[in-house]
Amino acid sequence: MTEASELAASYELVVIGGGPAGLAAATLAAQAGVQTVLFDENPGIGGQIYRGITSTPVRDRAVLGDDYWAGGALADEARTSGALIVNGATVWTLDPTLTVGVSIAGKARLIQAKRVIVATGSLERPFPIPGWTLPGVMTAGAAQTALKAQGLVPAGRTVMAGSGPLLWLLAAQLIRAGAKIEALLDTTPRLNWLRALPFTPDFMISPLWSKGLKLLREVKAKMLVIPVGSVEAVGSDKLSEVVFDGRRVPADLLLLHQGVVPNVNLAIAAGAEHRWNSRQLCFEPVLDRDFNSSVPGIAVAGDGAGIAGGPAAAERGRIAAIAAVRALKPSASVPDPQTARNALQREESGRAFLDVAYRPADAFRRPTGETIACRCEEVTAKQVRDNADLGCEGPNQMKAFLRCGMGPCQGRLCGLTITELIADQRHTTPAEVGYYRLRPPVKPITLAELASLPISEAERKAVER
Amino acid sequence: MRTADVVVIGGGIHGCSTALHLALRGLKPILVEKDYAGRHASGVNAGGVRQLARHLAEIPLSISSMEIWEHIQELVGDDCGFTSHGTVLVAESEAELASFKARVDDLRLRGFTHEELIDRAELKRLVPAVSDHCPGGVVSRRDGAADPFRATQAFRRRAVEKGAEVIEGVMVTGLKRLGEIWRVETSDGPIEAPKVVNAAGAWADRIAALLGEPVPLHVIAPMLMVTSRLPAFIQPVVILRGRKLSFKQLENGTVVIGGGHLATPYRDRNATVLDWTKLAASAETVWELFPAMRAATIVRAWAGIEARMPDDIPVIGRSGTSEGVYHQFGFSAHGFQLGPGTGAMMAELVATGSTNVPIDGLEIDRFRTKI
Repeated sequence: MTEASELAASYELVVIGGGPAGLAAATLAAQAGVQTVLFDENPGIGGQIYRGITSTPVRDRAVLGDDYWAGGALADEARTSGALIVNGATVWTLDPTLTVGVSIAGKARLIQAKRVIVATGSLERPFPIPGWTLPGVMTAGAAQTALKAQGLVPAGRTVMAGSGPLLWLLAAQLIRAGAKIEALLDTTPRLNWLRALPFTPDFMISPLWSKGLKLLREVKAKMLVIPVGSVEAVGSDKLSEVVFDGRRVPADLLLLHQGVVPNVNLAIAAGAEHRWNSRQLCFEPVLDRDFNSSVPGIAVAGDGAGIAGGPAAAERGRIAAIAAVRALKPSASVPDPQTARNALQREESGRAFLDVAYRPADAFRRPTGETIACRCEEVTAKQVRDNADLGCEGPNQMKAFLRCGMGPCQGRLCGLTITELIADQRHTTPAEVGYYRLRPPVKPITLAELASLPISEAERKAVER
Repeated sequence: MRTADVVVIGGGIHGCSTALHLALRGLKPILVEKDYAGRHASGVNAGGVRQLARHLAEIPLSISSMEIWEHIQELVGDDCGFTSHGTVLVAESEAELASFKARVDDLRLRGFTHEELIDRAELKRLVPAVSDHCPGGVVSRRDGAADPFRATQAFRRRAVEKGAEVIEGVMVTGLKRLGEIWRVETSDGPIEAPKVVNAAGAWADRIAALLGEPVPLHVIAPMLMVTSRLPAFIQPVVILRGRKLSFKQLENGTVVIGGGHLATPYRDRNATVLDWTKLAASAETVWELFPAMRAATIVRAWAGIEARMPDDIPVIGRSGTSEGVYHQFGFSAHGFQLGPGTGAMMAELVATGSTNVPIDGLEIDRFRTKI
């Protein structure tokens, strides 16, 4: 276990995030002779998709499936690549001078990088339905984390609701692990399939097609799947039932999921330009073909660059790393990036179909009335809509009026909802409305951690009057 | 072609306050703001409403401002989040306390009684959480704090209700004298008015330069950080002298920590880059002064872009080169409290040609020979 005090003051390449993109990038760069450190905030590498790949207690390989165990090779390569891999390391700031603030076991350090690859992946899209803040309601991703990391399977009456490939994957994994699911409430708008038709040819030649079909068949064979137009979590102090389309089902656990979106907080706080992706309904960084952002020296690889899945993330990490090595050590030998580009193109080919087919319904992204939009500050959809009517044009002004996005999650759980609500109410586009300006620390740190930053006596004198 | 009685450049609390007070005098102001009202220092400062520890030249303005803050609801139709629990300047040593006493005595001789020396017992009564090594301090009991963005927006809103026009997202690009009239060129077409007020904050030197009146303005970005919510433990705003710190707990429980450590500003991009080694020094100061804060969580840090003058006091009054132009900028990281009073004073000066509030020593002419 590397401690904060053991870190060098600077590294040629800092990779942030230990999922497929970060692992592939760190491996390639270290093998090319670049001094590389990878910071990952989890106890072990793998990111979300390969979470617990080196430590999971789930022994039956069929439960998590072949795609999960494919992450093992990436992890092994990274560990022998020569890159310094630091787990339990939370990066809380990155700025245009390529200063990286990191905390390890309560001690903070500032590290100077020559290049940075941000591989902070994705997070689940907010799913603001009535009652979504009740105990007993959690995201499907959180349930998957518990399964991979601890081998935990939900007990009690469990209902799943939502849309998207990951929801189906988790349903299959939970069934294989022996969980009993009362029902899967499918919130995918039925017209999506018509809209997705033009993208079918690309999808049918992509690796996603046969995998997806198998998964759907597996789940539908063992679980009640009900297409629904509304979902509500009901209970007084915890979840007691799930209400959908006027029907009610008693439940102890509701697992929600409607897709994943890039985790943009660190890249936005670093000053990287972002834009609205109208097909994936999220903000993503503006990148060149080597995944370089608008901030010189900072690249964004993996799902943080736009959702494309684990294997695509690894290829993006390789492409970004090749660019980094070429910039840092022009004489070093690197693989031809075209190989990775070709592989990436294969992986991305079916994506448009999935994006359109699983586009979440407007009603589940743009809540109304008393439904909570910002969980940290308990701001309702109605408050946001009313303020938009009063002339509040953007999320940053909304922050000042309602404090939405100002809690510890820094907008991760409300950012997209607030943008879409303002756009909806003001009859404009999310692209026009924009996103929160995000401020470091992008992950909260304690005063004690901050005070633990080494400060030289000269620096201390300089800040006294 | 738009026309007005006065063009106010800059939508900070100063520009908005001046526009409101001009409108209250029956004049037609047009306020031009390059971003939106309160986008920079006025909207993101620490919110201190402080008479304590001000430069002598500012004290009359600060006192006149305080009277407006205490009736802010009546003026702008919003309480602006203003609360009044005093500001306490904490001494960290007996020597420091002695220097504070000299200052308070000097103010008394000049007729100012708002600063009051306090001993260890009164300090502990006002700020029970303060560390035991502090022997006393100075309090200004009428001081307090307000919500900066809300206050700036309230001034903007009331100015519009009273007849001002506010144009946001529009940049001033030129100033031309046409007889008795100023033609203000903007990115959205020209505006003509006999009078112009330059309240452009960190960008005010560029407006002054258009008038052939260069000023030594430094662009600064004081940093602030805020914690997650904590149980209520402190009411007054606390400031230090020897080390840079300002410290206050908001009604919602969050604690705002500032004090003037500077980030690197990039005013052409509306961007700042924070300096974490200085914020760490702030954290260390808080650690020593308020042991109860050690486990608090920092959730956000930021910096607002503003102007600082070499002598740390603002530029207020008539242009030295251009008839009909007035300056109101350079508040050097302590202009928020002054906004309401300075706007009233400036409107009086623009409308009547003179003002009852002394602004001696603040005119732009003081820089003429120094450049």
